[in-house]
Amino acid sequence: MSVRGEKEYRGLNEIVGPLVFIKNIHDVGYNELVEVIDEEGHRRLGITLEVEKGAAVVQVFEGTANLGLKSSRLIFKERPLDLGVSEEMLGRIFDGLGRPQDGFGLGKEEERRDVSGLAINPTARTYPEKFIQTGISAIDVMNTLVRGQKLPIFSGAGLPHDRLAAQIVRQAKIVDEDSNFCVVFAAMGIKYDTARFFIDNFRQSGVLERVAIFLSLADAPSIERLATPRSALTLAEFLAFRKNYHVLVIMTDMSNYCEALREVSTLRGEVPARKGYPGYLYSDLASLYERAGLVASATGSITQLPILTMPNDDITHPVPDLTGYITEGQIVLERELAQKGVYPPIAGLPSLSRLMKDNVGEGKTRSDHPHLASQLFAAYSQTKDVRALASVIGE
Amino acid sequence: MELNIVGRVRRVSGPVVECYQMQAAKMFELVEVGNERLIGEVVHLEEDRAVIQVYEDTTSLRPDAVVYGSGMPLSVELGPGLVSTIYDGVQRPLDLIREKEGEYIKRGVHFPALVRKKKWHFIPEVSCGKRVRGGEIIGRVPETGLVEHRILVPPQVEGEVVKIVSEGDYTLDDTIAVLKEENREIPLFMFQRWPVRIRRPYRQRLALKYPLITGQRVIDILFPVAKGGCVAVPGGFGTGKTMIQHQLAKWSDADIVVFIGCGERGNEMTDVLMSFPKLIDPRSGRPLTERTVFIANTSNMPVAAREASIYTGITIAEYFRDMGYNVAVMADSTSRWAEALRELSGRMEEMPADEGFPAYLPTRLAEFYERAGMVKTLSGREASVTIIGSVSPPGGDFSEPVTQHTKRFIRTFWALDRDLANARHYPSISWMESYSEYIADIAAWYAENISKEWLDYRNSIMELMQKEARLQSVVKLVGPDVLPDTQKLILETALLFKTAFLQQNAFDKIDTYTPALKQFKMLKIIVEFYRRGLEAIRAGVPLVFLKKIAAYRKITRMKFSVANEDLGRLDEIYEEMKEEIKELAE
Repeated sequence: MSVRGEKEYRGLNEIVGPLVFIKNIHDVGYNELVEVIDEEGHRRLGITLEVEKGAAVVQVFEGTANLGLKSSRLIFKERPLDLGVSEEMLGRIFDGLGRPQDGFGLGKEEERRDVSGLAINPTARTYPEKFIQTGISAIDVMNTLVRGQKLPIFSGAGLPHDRLAAQIVRQAKIVDEDSNFCVVFAAMGIKYDTARFFIDNFRQSGVLERVAIFLSLADAPSIERLATPRSALTLAEFLAFRKNYHVLVIMTDMSNYCEALREVSTLRGEVPARKGYPGYLYSDLASLYERAGLVASATGSITQLPILTMPNDDITHPVPDLTGYITEGQIVLERELAQKGVYPPIAGLPSLSRLMKDNVGEGKTRSDHPHLASQLFAAYSQTKDVRALASVIGE
Repeated sequence: MELNIVGRVRRVSGPVVECYQMQAAKMFELVEVGNERLIGEVVHLEEDRAVIQVYEDTTSLRPDAVVYGSGMPLSVELGPGLVSTIYDGVQRPLDLIREKEGEYIKRGVHFPALVRKKKWHFIPEVSCGKRVRGGEIIGRVPETGLVEHRILVPPQVEGEVVKIVSEGDYTLDDTIAVLKEENREIPLFMFQRWPVRIRRPYRQRLALKYPLITGQRVIDILFPVAKGGCVAVPGGFGTGKTMIQHQLAKWSDADIVVFIGCGERGNEMTDVLMSFPKLIDPRSGRPLTERTVFIANTSNMPVAAREASIYTGITIAEYFRDMGYNVAVMADSTSRWAEALRELSGRMEEMPADEGFPAYLPTRLAEFYERAGMVKTLSGREASVTIIGSVSPPGGDFSEPVTQHTKRFIRTFWALDRDLANARHYPSISWMESYSEYIADIAAWYAENISKEWLDYRNSIMELMQKEARLQSVVKLVGPDVLPDTQKLILETALLFKTAFLQQNAFDKIDTYTPALKQFKMLKIIVEFYRRGLEAIRAGVPLVFLKKIAAYRKITRMKFSVANEDLGRLDEIYEEMKEEIKELAE
């Protein structure tokens, strides 16, 4: 990347929420990194959301509290938002922009990567075909998880999605293979307790030194959540496709991410699509989820396990809906089962793994697996019908 | 290509770039923007101002960057080399990009769509002195084992052939013929260019009369599509839209398939690319890739190129149609295309209509679907383009704008049903909500080629399924026990029809494709089971006995157990069933 130098300007024209408008500037690129410096010299990071001849809109990740119009300075860095990555980032804790939060220094970076990533060429991908054994029967038998898949957990407030995700991390393995396994954990707008739960779990199962954690908790500026999954996935891509790790990426909670996106979109006065979410929500989510997979040039892989809580348990809400259209299936948790004390409360019918079809059966799991699974589905579905009937005409 | 500076950038907002000093630009002109020479298209002109939609990521693009004009509209290259190739939405060859750039698609990569160096074997079909007109065939090139590429005179060109090369190997840059018209010499090559947003001309539109045989029973029997027709496949996520598209791309009896992966998953495209070379066309015994053109603009690739991908695909389809082929276009998914339109419209700050979609959405949909049809080509051949477009309605709700507007321009509707999909009943095409308006058009073909009884049996089973739906609403209230055996037989036959006929396993070697004749024979057995069973019940035979006949079990398994080449077995099952029911009645 060429360093063309930086440009510094003093004084802003307008501040709205996390957005800063500046005029009388010159030659600033779209989607490039900006440092915003307040009166006391604190530095914050942002990117240009829109550039015009002589003007720009900057989105400030750490919020705009304490920024003054006259006293603030902007430094345009002339490069996109990027992240220095290295293998040593495993076992460490970072904020949403990849700055260490565990009191230690930055460490030596092996490479700098644009956090937006690039689209993987479809001809360079390899089709996922290694079954991951999670030890959870409702997943292994009915909704098989495959290495390189993106399989979200659709949950609701109060359901044990965290416990399920932690259990998958603890137990997931490929049968007959001792692999180079690691976890990248991205927390967006979740509570401290939830993050603590995951970290404790990683520690107890002895994988903590193989986990890189990107935390942007509920009390951090909401706008930082837009960078968090991108930083996490940038490291994941480096580990998977340069260092040949099998990376499991957990992103929680995607609903919070989407809300931050809606916030910025509304402040910019964009035309909304459904429920106030911007029209590009699908493309934006795809730019994250599609970073999962395998490529022919490396032996590593990225498997994604995003978690999202469906507002009011509504699966037709734009966030789960658009997610379902991009991901390769979904694990849906059901409140009724949870209330009956069933764990894991995985809903039988709406849960689906799209990659299951090619990855079970003879030579993969067991030869009778596909038939058994479809019979179970048919039986379950019939039982549901009968139960519906019974609720009308009695048992 | 010579490019001149035509203007400069004023504003950048994602893929939408506003420029000034653009007096020389034309609407829909192909332009290149900035130092990285990003590809874009002019979509709005106003005084010296132009709006350009850029087909690549615009990160780091800055005001005052230079815009280069090409003087021509966004076009595709049409010639030998299209088949088996995988392109992005603006016809850049993805496999060549990968060879040069590695696993990621970087910006500002320029490749001609057709490889110039490769030699093709050209066989001339005309000789000097002949007058030829646009669309006429002047030669042919064996492109793959399945496709003979017919070299056409570009539509607007005509003249006397004054030079034509002899049979031999030539590259795309070689002049293969020269036409003379009013003292002007026009060199012809094996390839031509055509602007994607303009439909290619034909002599006249024809009435539709041939079915597109897909080998999928629920489609061919209940909701068929004619060659030259349009289908919409709407369904929420997980209902199997993509599976249906894949099955049709694999098994439909089109000569050429153009598969457009528009804003969908990367792994799905990989699946297609990896599985198609291994699949064998049941009619010719050759790999299916040899008749397929792939366009992949996955969901994470630039959104403006997603908008263009639909047009790139349909233009390639029309070109093969002009050679006299029947072409099927699979567009998965048109909703993602409509969303790309919405995103670009929003960034241009246009006034939105329904759910943020621009007011011209229905116009664009109509323009697209009207490019399907059965035509007489400029060279006088009968040929067709069939469009199968999937729709991804938010929340699976068919009342949303894209589904509703699409319904106005298509005549077959395969509504995918969430409950069927949840019960893993695939293909999950709902027999209550779907329809086909092509049945009258193609019934004559079936009467002539399959059986005169085809329409009768088809209508009988539809009627039976309607009756079943009514009975089910009664059953929901009072349970099935109160129904008389004649009505229970309807329920039983409908269940048999659903499991033994409508459900079709795409992963079973035999079941994945059912020839039209086998479909008819299976249908006949099931309808006759009902008709004869009804007579028997009226003669006093209890329903339980009917289900116990030995043929019943064979009927339930006939889709897997009877090989597609061994249809005599179905006649045996039919006779056996007839006999057994007759014995019961006696």
